[in-house]
Amino acid sequence: MTRYLASRAVGMLVTLTLMSFVVYVLIGLMPGDPIDMMIAGDPKMTSADAARLRALYGLDKPLVERYLAWALQAVQGNFGYSRSFGQPVLAVLGPRLLNTLTLAGLAFVLSAGIALPLGIWAAAHLRSRADYLINLLCFAGISAPPFWLALLLITLFAVFLGWLPAGGMADPRPGASWIANLSQQLRHLALPVLTLTLVQLGAYTRFMRGAMIEVLRQDFVRTARAKGASERRVMWGHAFANALAPVLTILALSFGGLLSGAVITETMFAWPGMGKAIYQAILDNDYNLALVGLLVATFATILGNLLADLAYVWIDPRVSLGSDGP
Amino acid sequence: MIRRLLSLVFALCALAAPARAKDELVLAMTQTPGTWNPLISSMLAKSLISNMTARPLTAWDANWKLVCLVCTELPTLANGKARVIDLPDDGKGGGKKGMEIDIELRDMRWGDGVPVTAKDVAFTLEVGRHPLSGVASSEAYKRIIKFDARDDRHFTMTIDRVTFDYNSLGLSLLPAHIEKPIFDANPAEYRNKTAYDTDLTNPGLAFGPFRIVESVPGSRIVLEQNPTWTGEKPHFKRIVVRIIENTAALEANLLSGNVDYILGELGLSLDQALAFEKRHKDKYNVVYKPALIYEHIDAMLDNPLLTDKRVRQAILLAIDRKAISEKLFDGKQPLAHGPISPLDPMFSPVARQYPYAPADARRFLDEAGFTDVRNGIRHNAKGERLSIEITTTAGNRVREQVAQVIQSQLRQVGVELRIKAEPPRIFSEGLNRRNFGGLAMYAWVQQPEGVPRSTLHSDEIPSAKNGWSGQNYPGYRNAEMDKALDDAERELDEGKRRALFADIQRIHADDLPVLPLFFRVDPFVIPKPLKGVVPTGTLNSSTLWVEQWRWEE
Repeated sequence: MTRYLASRAVGMLVTLTLMSFVVYVLIGLMPGDPIDMMIAGDPKMTSADAARLRALYGLDKPLVERYLAWALQAVQGNFGYSRSFGQPVLAVLGPRLLNTLTLAGLAFVLSAGIALPLGIWAAAHLRSRADYLINLLCFAGISAPPFWLALLLITLFAVFLGWLPAGGMADPRPGASWIANLSQQLRHLALPVLTLTLVQLGAYTRFMRGAMIEVLRQDFVRTARAKGASERRVMWGHAFANALAPVLTILALSFGGLLSGAVITETMFAWPGMGKAIYQAILDNDYNLALVGLLVATFATILGNLLADLAYVWIDPRVSLGSDGP
Repeated sequence: MIRRLLSLVFALCALAAPARAKDELVLAMTQTPGTWNPLISSMLAKSLISNMTARPLTAWDANWKLVCLVCTELPTLANGKARVIDLPDDGKGGGKKGMEIDIELRDMRWGDGVPVTAKDVAFTLEVGRHPLSGVASSEAYKRIIKFDARDDRHFTMTIDRVTFDYNSLGLSLLPAHIEKPIFDANPAEYRNKTAYDTDLTNPGLAFGPFRIVESVPGSRIVLEQNPTWTGEKPHFKRIVVRIIENTAALEANLLSGNVDYILGELGLSLDQALAFEKRHKDKYNVVYKPALIYEHIDAMLDNPLLTDKRVRQAILLAIDRKAISEKLFDGKQPLAHGPISPLDPMFSPVARQYPYAPADARRFLDEAGFTDVRNGIRHNAKGERLSIEITTTAGNRVREQVAQVIQSQLRQVGVELRIKAEPPRIFSEGLNRRNFGGLAMYAWVQQPEGVPRSTLHSDEIPSAKNGWSGQNYPGYRNAEMDKALDDAERELDEGKRRALFADIQRIHADDLPVLPLFFRVDPFVIPKPLKGVVPTGTLNSSTLWVEQWRWEE
């Protein structure tokens, strides 16, 4: 196990290094540099100002040289400053990562928690009215654009009913009790979490349903039934564990994607998270911020993959982490 | 069980229900401020908030009149606080003239009790001039060649030229007692170490009516009254500014009561405000303030199809701007006849104007040689098709709509317009490098009585040689225009300057390197109980007078 984890850690490091180079070069090759944007916004900037600032930000050096300088600092733990915020990149990303983890984590747990039993139930009641209804709702969830869903929920729960805030993070009142502050937090989280949950729920349910249908057709399930195992035992004891492996892969990958991919939900609900930060950093030519943000998202995806692989071993004793492991 | 859960949820909702007193105002805007240091970069989102915590030396008010905010009296030649002087010989022949300006600072204190003094002004100039400080535009600081402080509140500045806008001193002061040690330690690292970004809630950074007490980047900024403010006491004790980037969500927040007021300078779009007004005018006053935001189309003069000014004139004559304004903007956006706003004191009504005249447009195109019409599109004798690309910013729905209407109107006179919408950063890059093929539609932000030098002077054509600075993207060259621009900047007599501005507008209207469209309006959706908000229409935002804002049910 230790050997396996060590080899995966090395692989992870290599992937991140390659990714950092590719992302740095890609951002660098995008049209325009930060100084171009400053010139566009400030008619009083002179050619001398432009040259001075390019030298100051190191933009007058070749791209590879700039990358090597950044990488050298990065291995010492210094990921540079965000040009837009004038702060160390980690100081800008840290709170946003936490915000996204809260939002995406809650939505992930909720959607997986609802989708897995729902998918199993639909598979067990194949082609029943309930199955058709679940399928219909799943397709509705998959097809609904997140921005539209978000607006719909805001209009219903914030504008018409006035039950929940339309967006933003909780603003803790000085002197308020912890329970009041907690309920504020939960109220602000409710709509974005609900949006993300609804967006993911359909896909997860369909994956689980499909995997279960596939497994329920296997010989070992028929054998279990023939041996007189109860339907509950067949579903949860035999079929579920076998159907879970492919679903786990999808869940793990999608969680990594959520860290950077919840940009629409974050924008609609004014939730300062990673997705929004990365998107804005790319638009603003904030190289360091965009690069580190994308690396964090990559790391989360690789980590999710690793956890999924470890979970295979846990749920399926036939899988081992030897040299021929997953 | 379900009932119990529901009761718990309702109890939590009740506990957390907003209990805002009327002494708190919740604002919203669509942009996240970046670095907070007032010198490092200019950004509207930042200045909207910074204007509540500090003030520039002078600013343009809502009547587009220059007023003192940190000084006691505006220096002018008439009151003797500004003088034209002979500059000492700089070794290049001498004989140059400059100006001296006397300033007296108001009695003001930073939030930590330290007085605002001439030392702060001197330090601000030092940072502005330093090549490593990271200040974007250093020209205004470099112009001040001498600074003499007589005492803490009186000083004289010498500027290196004679210029009419000598007293437009939009200088934002830095607190020397906090920032100078940081700057002196390492000027090259100042932009990363400034207290504005490392210690934003330090009371010593504010001398305005409010100070920042909390900042959650990307989410909100909380301000509270600054006890050391010496001006009119603000009516609100606390102001919360929320960042909501999506304008549909912004509107929903306003309607749900999550937000009291959306800052008009950075809030709803015009079409959104027009629709909002129709539905909610019982609760909100919508003020459409014409701003100095000049929507126009740059013509690439290196494009052979656009070299002939008759083609450019024909294009403008074929665009029914009045109808566009009426149909798309409810007639709220005033038409532009050139780079100077009709509301600007320097506007010249004499300069040629271009009404919608498709017949004249056809005649001009005929005269320019585009007489052969094939499949509705004109061609010249060389067989060149009059097909021009117009580039604009993707995602700006209003601009994309305008481009489509123009496309259809030009088609009527035989001009084919190909619309290309690009993301803003790609669009900016194309402009800066003069890398657009035909026309480019975007906006400039101006200031009252501003000389349009950077957009029309031949020295301002971006090129590799000048580091792609300057904003004369069409590549316009006219010696007469250059002279008028140079003279207007130097002319101190208002009457003579007005004549020079008239020349600038006359030459511009004749050559038409830029096709004027509209002056944009900022829609301010103000809840009826909120009083005292006065939109300015200039870069000096309404928040400069935030102490006058009050809530009257």
